[in-house]
Amino acid sequence: MRVIIVDYGMGNLRSVEKKVNKTGNNVIITNDIAKIKTADKLILPGVGHFRIAVENLHKQHLTDALNETVLIKKRHILGICLGMQLMASQSEEGDCNGLDWFDADVVRFSISNQLKFKVPQMGWNTLKLEKDSPLFRDIPNEAMYYFVHSYYMKCNSKKDILTTTEYEETFTSSIQKGNIFGTQFHPEKSHEWGEKLLGNFINL
Amino acid sequence: MFRPRVIPVLLLKNQGLVKSIKFRNHRYIGDPINAVKLFNDMGADELVFLDILATRKKRSISLDFVKRVGDEANMPFSVGGGIRSISLIKEILAAGAEKVILNTIASEKPVFVKEASDEFGSSTVTVSIDVKKNLFGKELTYICSGSKATKYDPVGFSNLMEEMGAGEIIVNSIEHDGMMKGYDISLIRRISEAVRIPVVALGGAGSMDDLRMAVSAGFASATAAGSMFVYYGPRRGILINYPDVKEMSSIF
Repeated sequence: MRVIIVDYGMGNLRSVEKKVNKTGNNVIITNDIAKIKTADKLILPGVGHFRIAVENLHKQHLTDALNETVLIKKRHILGICLGMQLMASQSEEGDCNGLDWFDADVVRFSISNQLKFKVPQMGWNTLKLEKDSPLFRDIPNEAMYYFVHSYYMKCNSKKDILTTTEYEETFTSSIQKGNIFGTQFHPEKSHEWGEKLLGNFINL
Repeated sequence: MFRPRVIPVLLLKNQGLVKSIKFRNHRYIGDPINAVKLFNDMGADELVFLDILATRKKRSISLDFVKRVGDEANMPFSVGGGIRSISLIKEILAAGAEKVILNTIASEKPVFVKEASDEFGSSTVTVSIDVKKNLFGKELTYICSGSKATKYDPVGFSNLMEEMGAGEIIVNSIEHDGMMKGYDISLIRRISEAVRIPVVALGGAGSMDDLRMAVSAGFASATAAGSMFVYYGPRRGILINYPDVKEMSSIF
């Protein structure tokens, strides 16, 4: 099975690669369009600025390749952090359009108690499962995951929301629509349950 | 629910881990990669590695070392020590580090923090501030492993760093370092109140209660410690340790 981590110049690719290897699976890191179009599974990581990420995807002609593999060939894809946010319609950060795979907007945390809740949210938090999913199979409710972000995705269609998390307000921490998955948190940085989640994704 | 991070801070001197008291008397602790493995097993939230000789020796933390940590660590980790160039930050992040920690360069050239933040995202740029009172009792930030005073007071400097796009600030009290008698809560609180980005308390932690105080009274978003996680008992026997789930839930 060909699992590909999409390299568009942003994101902690090596960490994702290592963690996927720990689940017992091989993975390659590439921006090669031909390989991406024939992938069985895709992982779209991301750390940094939304607009730069979108520009990088366009510049490397990856947007079309991703659309084809994900929307037409319906291969599974997991977006991580900024990678998940890219799947939205648009973002406040950089004020530009995303891949538009989800009817959603990416917005900045708007916190009232700024002494207790600093931005970015940096640290471990729990998830509340809003619908069943094989992504979280055999993972306990109290599992914690590592978050580091100032923006989050606001889904206009409630059924896209997979899990929610509390950080003064309730926000969407993971999404799923058909073959498309996204986590705001970093499973590759989240000890054993992050590893389990990645394994679950690959075994879908 | 969000839980404040508890972060072991590991100091590197050449190839080994060391621990200081008031930034002096560095005592050899052990092998750093071995420490990573132990912290993996104990489920540590995050790790910080600081090469304390780097700036003084005009070099930076070893990329090879960062890769070895990256290959081993199951949790996010940050590194610092003589980091002064964008290209090095790029390599360090590619080697698996979550964040880079800037100290001396942030004082000497604050706009470098902005350059790094613009390039890699603010959440990958942490600024660490070492604080001590000078001979006249004035609180100042120090650089070069605490050997040189700057003109900056810690609150003013924190504000400047937030403006420059730092994603997080580590506040370290030099006088409390290694004493294990508690953090400088007043310092931590003043900085937490001054900025809207996460503040990490460091310097002086000796007990779980100290960690709790840093959050409840100091409004820190995360607590960090060195001695507390490498020593055990009143005679300071060397033992890598970390709170278990039960101890964590008792304070947060």
